[in-house]
Amino acid sequence: MVSIEEYGEFKTAWCPGCGNFPILKSLKQALAERGLAPHDIIISSGIGQAAKLPHYMRCNMFNGLHGRSLPVAQGIKMANPQMHVLVTSGDGCSYGEGGNHFLSALRRNMDLTVLVHDNQIYGLTKGQASPTSARGHVTKAQPEGNRSDGFNPVSTAVAMKASFVARAFSGEPEHLVSVIKEAMAHKGFSLVDILQPCVSFNKVNTYAWYKERAYILKDHDPEDWAAAMTLSEEFGERIPLGVIYRADKPVFGHGGRLAELAYAKNDLKAVLQSYI
Amino acid sequence: MSNKNINIVIGGAAGQGLVTIGQLLSKAITRAGHHLLVTQRYMSRVRGGHNTYAIRMGEEKPLGGTESIDILAALNAETLDKHLEAVSEGGLVVAGADLDTEGLNALRIPYEELASKPLFHNTAMLGVLGRTVNLEPAILEELLRQTFGKKGDEVVEANLEVLRKAYAWVADQNHDFSRTLASSDPKGRMMLNGNEAIGLGALAAGCNFVSFYPMTPSTGVAMTLIAKGAPLGLQYEQVEDEIAAMNMALGASYAGARALVTTSGGGFALMEEAVSLAGVSETPIVCVVVQRPGPATGLPTRTEQADLNLVVHAGHGEFPRAVFAPATPEDCFYLTHRAFDLAETYQTPIFVLSEQYLADSYRDVAPFDLDDLPEVARPLLEWEGGEYKRYALTDDGISPRLIPGFSETLVRADSHEHEENSYITEDKAVRVAQNSKRLRKEAGLFEEVIGPDRYGADEPDALMVCWGPTLGACLEAMDRYEGDKSLAVLHFKQVYPLREEQFMDFLTSAGSVIAVEGNATAQFAQLIARDTGFVIKDRILRFDGRAMTWEYVLKGLSDIL
Ligand SMILES: Cc1ncc(C[n+]2csc(CCOP(=O)(O)OP(=O)(O)O)c2C)c(N)n1
Ligand code: SF4
Repeated sequence: MVSIEEYGEFKTAWCPGCGNFPILKSLKQALAERGLAPHDIIISSGIGQAAKLPHYMRCNMFNGLHGRSLPVAQGIKMANPQMHVLVTSGDGCSYGEGGNHFLSALRRNMDLTVLVHDNQIYGLTKGQASPTSARGHVTKAQPEGNRSDGFNPVSTAVAMKASFVARAFSGEPEHLVSVIKEAMAHKGFSLVDILQPCVSFNKVNTYAWYKERAYILKDHDPEDWAAAMTLSEEFGERIPLGVIYRADKPVFGHGGRLAELAYAKNDLKAVLQSYI
Repeated sequence: MSNKNINIVIGGAAGQGLVTIGQLLSKAITRAGHHLLVTQRYMSRVRGGHNTYAIRMGEEKPLGGTESIDILAALNAETLDKHLEAVSEGGLVVAGADLDTEGLNALRIPYEELASKPLFHNTAMLGVLGRTVNLEPAILEELLRQTFGKKGDEVVEANLEVLRKAYAWVADQNHDFSRTLASSDPKGRMMLNGNEAIGLGALAAGCNFVSFYPMTPSTGVAMTLIAKGAPLGLQYEQVEDEIAAMNMALGASYAGARALVTTSGGGFALMEEAVSLAGVSETPIVCVVVQRPGPATGLPTRTEQADLNLVVHAGHGEFPRAVFAPATPEDCFYLTHRAFDLAETYQTPIFVLSEQYLADSYRDVAPFDLDDLPEVARPLLEWEGGEYKRYALTDDGISPRLIPGFSETLVRADSHEHEENSYITEDKAVRVAQNSKRLRKEAGLFEEVIGPDRYGADEPDALMVCWGPTLGACLEAMDRYEGDKSLAVLHFKQVYPLREEQFMDFLTSAGSVIAVEGNATAQFAQLIARDTGFVIKDRILRFDGRAMTWEYVLKGLSDIL
């Protein structure tokens, strides 16, 4: 048994009431319930408020650059396929700065679990629109309202037939724990887009706003792609939570742990021979 | 025309097979025991355009390319237009009978007579060239068997037939080219280009991870690693962009891989933020930058040495690094091997700065002695020293690097300023302590700097200072110089950091000092001035996209001296 305490308690730089707190707690809970100790996992994160998460728990981590958590995570997984590799970052980090990596990671389908703290705003840089902010969302940087359509990560991932796509809400921690556990159990790339109210800068998508709209899916077959596609478009009056899409796909990666790989001299000599 | 070597230039459009002819001929020349140096010029297109494949074969090792042509093999009329002028006195033109070679000392190949199908015309050309430079036919036959073996006996036989006919045909011709070179070093030499040698050096150092985004002329490094390393367990990925390449490699390195990335100027510009990440997170990485002329897309398939500043200054903030600049495939091999050792020891990015000319230049190389290579440093898989701190403050700045996942000890890498135990901080004392710790590694790197090599006269009237593959042109220019001044060459294969005491005496004792570089602003001379205060005023600079040649250097010398 692994207890949640093993993951430690740390002072954070998050605002009181921030939706990141329940995500941190749910993640620890899910890991403990899956029997994973801090040394069994590696968390890769980018930059932003959400991305500081691995600083607030005991675990292996690579806290790198803004938008680059996915390439780092994939490099880690390729070098050590035995580790459980998780990614945790904000919506700006994952879908804006890291958008190209996001699309490529979906296609590559390594066995990773990606948790996106989606607060539809840039938190750390104090409240500019993010890729998931809706058209018309007013901020100091978008005084006339956001002039672009919001990015829908869930429908994009489903459209690309990503192997596991889910949505959760930090105001529904029990459900969140179960989704993270399911995502981790899935072999292949699993995306959990987590609605996370930013109490400081997002005055539109508040706890109350989400509470009014979010509902937990009951009778949806995640293997039905067409149904998943339709559901993934539902983001407005009602917002479905749960596993939206799941597919069995070839998983990228093979081989052993690279730290243990040493070439035999004779193999290298044969390589040189091939140039004669 | 030197009697110790023959310069064969094969010219034609992309897609006409000149590289195939060139490579087979080069390999045969190597197997016959001659020395060899290949200079490839190509355009950024898959078909058409005008490309050349120049083979300089010699009794002695050719040091660099040359401009005068002894045998011009033309696959099309454009080749004759562009290069006839460079054909030396007594030189020979080899071309299809359909091309106009009136009045030239030419072998006009009757392709129809020698080859049943156009498919075999290149083999006919190969046979004619092979016979002209007196290669044993058995060597070429063996190569054709190896090359076409997979396509079946019929194809092999057809090619052999064409080759024999071509040999017989040349024997009956009256042509005015009869030079034989003694083969100098008989058997067992490899034929390698710079990119391949970098790949092999990496493998010899245990490199087992490469992530890359294709960019000419660097791609060959990754191709070598994939072709030769993947069967041994090397992991690789062609990623979405250079940003991903560098970050992915850092992730892999953190998790225990020996990682390499390879790119050229524009791609490297994209990697810079992650170069800085390697610096602060103290993650080892070997970064191979194969230069081509810029700015931006510049001359994508030509050569230049203009990214020195970019690489020496890459990344924001301050952190240690070393930059190697190989001159030859041997350098490519040994310096890349060394780069891995330094990257691991000092946990920082180490660069190999090559360029297109070297990347694509094949040479004959004695097989590398794998048994004699020094061991490459390794990270720790276990920690027994009490509480583990990834960024422990130490006297030499080097903190013990543990790989996560092999024990219960947690390993935390971070891009922010951090405490010894990796936790994020803004404390000013911690900042100063950590930044200073990282910079203390520079002292170790400094101790390990490979000093420049010096050739030629002591206390010369003129000293040529060069770096990277420009060496060959300088040495040959020095050899051929007929003036009354004494000359010397000072060559740097490590261009950063610079260790004054290794070379200042040479600079101050020379009558005049001349920077010879493949760029327009003498970047290396400026670096020397910055770090030592010694200003090199005379310069021979080439930035037309072509490799430095001895002719170019001699011309420059005659203008200066
Ligand atoms: C290359 C780069 N550009 C910009 C920044 C500044 N920056 C830091 S966090 C951030 C946005 C964070 O938003 P998000 O990813 O949504 O995370 P949140 O803070 O909301 O959790 C930006 C723009 C940076 N650190 N690096
Ligand atoms: S700014 Fe928003 S997202 Fe960031 S910690 Fe505060 S409430 Fe949370």
